[in-house]
Amino acid sequence: MNRLLMSKNGPALAGTIIGIIAALLVKFGNPGNMGVCVACFTRDVAGALGLHRAGVVQYLRPELAGFILGSFVSALLYREYRPRGGSSPMIRFGLGFFAMLGALVFLGCPWRAYLRLAGGDYNAFAGIAGLATGIAIGVIFLYRGFSLGAARQNPKASGYFMPLLAIALLALLIIKPIFGAEGTGPVFFSVKGPGSMHAPILISLGAGLLVGWLAQRSRFCTVGAIRDLIMLKDTHLFKGIVCFIVAAFLANVALGQFHAGFEKQPVAHTMQLWNFLGMVLSGLAFTLAGGCPGRMFIMSGEGDSDAGVFIMGMLVGAAFAHNFSLASSGAGVGAYGIPATITGLVFCLAVGTLFMNRVD
Amino acid sequence: METIKVDARGLSCPQPIVETKKVIDKLSGGRVEILVDTVTSRENVLRFGRNAGWKGSFEESEDSFKVILEK
Repeated sequence: MNRLLMSKNGPALAGTIIGIIAALLVKFGNPGNMGVCVACFTRDVAGALGLHRAGVVQYLRPELAGFILGSFVSALLYREYRPRGGSSPMIRFGLGFFAMLGALVFLGCPWRAYLRLAGGDYNAFAGIAGLATGIAIGVIFLYRGFSLGAARQNPKASGYFMPLLAIALLALLIIKPIFGAEGTGPVFFSVKGPGSMHAPILISLGAGLLVGWLAQRSRFCTVGAIRDLIMLKDTHLFKGIVCFIVAAFLANVALGQFHAGFEKQPVAHTMQLWNFLGMVLSGLAFTLAGGCPGRMFIMSGEGDSDAGVFIMGMLVGAAFAHNFSLASSGAGVGAYGIPATITGLVFCLAVGTLFMNRVD
Repeated sequence: METIKVDARGLSCPQPIVETKKVIDKLSGGRVEILVDTVTSRENVLRFGRNAGWKGSFEESEDSFKVILEK
């Protein structure tokens, strides 16, 4: 299995299995077309920790802890655990922040964009078109020498932070501490809305561990797939997302979860310009940072502190998105979602331009 | 034959490939050594080199990999 995952067909194999897992997680209770959504799950974690108070999106999603721990164990087993960091960490924090804002304007990360399509949500077309556009803009910067600088090797213990954080989040999920002044908190769990919809903990955690392992071995990346196709005409990661979409689509049909159309799709809106531009922002931010949000979780498990900082940016971005009314809802974009998207695009274009420093 | 060396250690995806591409696009043959520090970058550079028609191999040292492309 390891040899297969490491082969040129590895991402396709991983994509197929992850697509089926995603459809099954919906069957087991996750919100519609949200078997796996790295951005939505991070947003739910931010809510559960009280960083924002949007009552409908608060849950300590164990899938995310599984991604980190699955990758960590896999990296240790195959001698790929290499703590590293120090490549413009604050800029990466900012990229994570704005990648999250873009994802919450669209209502999904690249993983969920593909899963929404596989569930029949045609609004995903605008999002995926935006994602590809954002990635293409990022590729232009990469061709012009964009780099956030080289990371350095870090002491071995520096890579333990994210796996320990994952364990801490799992502990909070199980203990459910409640000693807040209002009889709730400090950890919050939605009683209605998407945050209240989740598969049983052990199934979610098991799925997360499996996805973490599969993605660590195969380098499955939902942004690198389009980037490498555009830049290098290299299809090996792209086959991964094609298989991911097809497998999730077939599993959705088999499970009676495929509902085609634009209207009344789960956790989605029909403002196509902002579906598109939200994902332009996300696609560009992920490309400048070097990979999709799932890949960031996987790399953080391998000991990459810069990926960990990016995730912290996502977490804080999610809190701001809800506290400042930037996130969309089924009704459409948030009150200040449009200026936030434009601000994020300006930030990413500025980063892309200012870090074109490796031109010969 | 002159060996061209590229230091791509610590660079994010896909910069090790971009750095390699910049060098081998100018060459019709020879030997290029690319230093990288993760298995992912090693595999990416090897796959890129082989797809471009170069023979690829690598050597492992304590904290990095030397990918060798020859044609």
